[in-house]
Amino acid sequence: MSVAGLIFSNIHDSSLPELTAKRSIASVPFGCRYRLIDFPLSNMVNSGISKIGIITHNNYGSLMDHIGTGKDWDLARRSGGIKILPPFITEFENPTARRQGANPFDALIGVRNFISKCTEDEIVFSYSDIICNIDLAAVLKEHKARGAEVTLITYSYDASQYKNSGGLYTVASNDDGTVSAISLYGRRSGEKNIYTDMAIFNREVLLEMIDSMACDGYNDFYLDVLGKYINKGTVYAHSFEGVFMRISSMDGYFSASMKLLSAEARDELFGNKERPIHTKVRNSAPTLYKEGSKVKNSYIADGCVIEGEVENSIIFRGVKVGRGTVVKNSILLQDTNVGENVKLGCVITDKDVKIRDGRELSGHTTMPFFISKGTTV
Amino acid sequence: MFRKKECVAMLLAGGQGSRLYALTEKTAKPAVIFGGKYRIIDFTLSNCINSGIDTVGVLTQYQPLVLGEHIGNGLPWDLDRAWGGVKLLPPYQGKNGADWYRGTANAIYQNMEFIDRYDPEYVLILSGDHIYKMDYAAMLEYHKQTGADATIAVINVPLSEASRFGIMSADENGRIYKFAEKPKEPEGTLASMGIYIFTKKKLFEYLISDEENKESSNDFGKNIIPTMLASGEKLCAYPFEGYWKDVGTISSLWEANMDLLGEEPVLKLSDEDWRIYSRHEPYAPQYIGEDAVIENSSVTEGCEIEGTLKNSVIGPGVKIAKGAVVEDSVIFDNVTIGEGSTISCSIIDSGVQIGKKVSVGAAKDNAKGVAVVGAGVVVGDGEVIADNEMIYSGKEK
Repeated sequence: MSVAGLIFSNIHDSSLPELTAKRSIASVPFGCRYRLIDFPLSNMVNSGISKIGIITHNNYGSLMDHIGTGKDWDLARRSGGIKILPPFITEFENPTARRQGANPFDALIGVRNFISKCTEDEIVFSYSDIICNIDLAAVLKEHKARGAEVTLITYSYDASQYKNSGGLYTVASNDDGTVSAISLYGRRSGEKNIYTDMAIFNREVLLEMIDSMACDGYNDFYLDVLGKYINKGTVYAHSFEGVFMRISSMDGYFSASMKLLSAEARDELFGNKERPIHTKVRNSAPTLYKEGSKVKNSYIADGCVIEGEVENSIIFRGVKVGRGTVVKNSILLQDTNVGENVKLGCVITDKDVKIRDGRELSGHTTMPFFISKGTTV
Repeated sequence: MFRKKECVAMLLAGGQGSRLYALTEKTAKPAVIFGGKYRIIDFTLSNCINSGIDTVGVLTQYQPLVLGEHIGNGLPWDLDRAWGGVKLLPPYQGKNGADWYRGTANAIYQNMEFIDRYDPEYVLILSGDHIYKMDYAAMLEYHKQTGADATIAVINVPLSEASRFGIMSADENGRIYKFAEKPKEPEGTLASMGIYIFTKKKLFEYLISDEENKESSNDFGKNIIPTMLASGEKLCAYPFEGYWKDVGTISSLWEANMDLLGEEPVLKLSDEDWRIYSRHEPYAPQYIGEDAVIENSSVTEGCEIEGTLKNSVIGPGVKIAKGAVVEDSVIFDNVTIGEGSTISCSIIDSGVQIGKKVSVGAAKDNAKGVAVVGAGVVVGDGEVIADNEMIYSGKEK
């Protein structure tokens, strides 16, 4: 079966305003050396998908920089490979530029051309704010075996614990796996099968849907368009079991990052030798732990120099932790430079932050203290 | 497509490296792992691209599989080019027969056609078994300024070690008037680094006449350079200052790895302006556990450290269990070390599995030498491997 991928890079930008001030949600750094888009991209590549469109809307400079030619995902191809699909301006107006990023409905109208030019039978969708390592090839196989036109991948959890549960869809299904109803997830819904924002669509069917929603004046792709299509009995649900995290707020980002300190999450996300998560290669030197450093229960990237203490923390590439400094329960993004005798607790520093000697900064696990890109404290 | 290249680099990477014993049993010396995530040849290749040299022929012969796979199309070094880039040059069959590379000069002789494809003015000869960072562009500039026929990079070595090297004697203008290969009683301390820039025309002349001489062992150090000197050609010494190490022996390889550690390491890999590039596998970040103790060590991607690490260089994907102690050692990639094991003053090659309560090597101050465990060896629980002992690959102990 021939399959192309489609990744939405801006949807849900607004749930992480601090980290998306200068980048899209897709290029938010996560897990020491990755960007969020590495997960959907790697999931697709590891399932044999070699043509992937990335729908962008705004703030996509850092994403383009990250993706480059796509060679780090083995997607620098003569045929297929990565296509970045920015909004475009027509001769008379620029409707797609206005609309493309905000929601899947407008995004799909904006990239109708890309979808119609694909020759693949199926299109796999993914948003960029979800973290999992899924065997999409197996889901595709099931999709085909069932004769499905659409397969929605769901995950059973209680989303009401998260601050931001808006924009989630509950998927109810029959015993044979066909979807019986799609509805918005409510604040009091409890544990439900929730749509993961990953799906497989038959390309012809998807094109039909895009055309009909444009004509019929619908405005919610899942409720209005797909919600009506389920009557055909060819829309199936596939329940994903494994580690699944959705980043929907800053404290959600914090707790998802801290989950990487558990062996279960690490093994599931990064332990599968057949399905590694790929990212942009930075050629950092190995990390140096100097005499007198103390590091406990932490996840650390290459290119760091650690002279102080680090505990329960996530340390990105090129971070420096000075002598006498204590970093606890914190996330230090790329090239954060922490001086000597500093104390950090529950702090998230964005890229290129500099913390001068002797500073003491602290937040709380439910309200991590965020320091924005390039700030000197 | 044809575009002339000013300078083409020829990298000699076919040597067996027999003094690395177990480490080069299945790998050519240039492909031996160094500094955790690198292979020795990464330094020379990175020097090339950082010096603006984008055409590099890599001459392979001994055990080329790992080396060839590592270099691939040259992408990690930005040497995947439409014209030029990195090319692997194994010995080949010609119209008049086939031959192995019989010496360093013969290897270049057999690839004169490759060099001529780019019509270069200059040829840079390199070897793939040294650890150093050097700007070849500056050396080329020097070669052009002096108008030399050949320029040899030299480094000052202690007089006591001079007899291990090719020793140059040069006048105040840098012109070499005497060359002695591994002299018993060295007259100077300027050692050849095995890095030469030749004006192409002269190089070809001497390669061809050397090939006609049946007595010759077809070696740059033994034959080409002395002959050129005797014929009155202009040979200049280009002085290099900085870190340079021949890692041809177990102890020098171990020492060079240790040079990455310490308060102010003599060898720094974090130089933003002179990156060392390598082929990367998609490993996860490194996890440092609850009970881990790490001091003065270098650790890289994919490692899970639960035990104690002191003064050691750890490669990617290494797992060190709780209660295990690794000190003064160099661990290559994907090694597992079981609970309660002690590794001291050792080099552990790729994929070695060490069981529980194993002892390898002896404490640095008492060790007779570096213990070596070859690639893929499985060491059972409770085994003892003495200092200076060498376990070859694929065997069980």
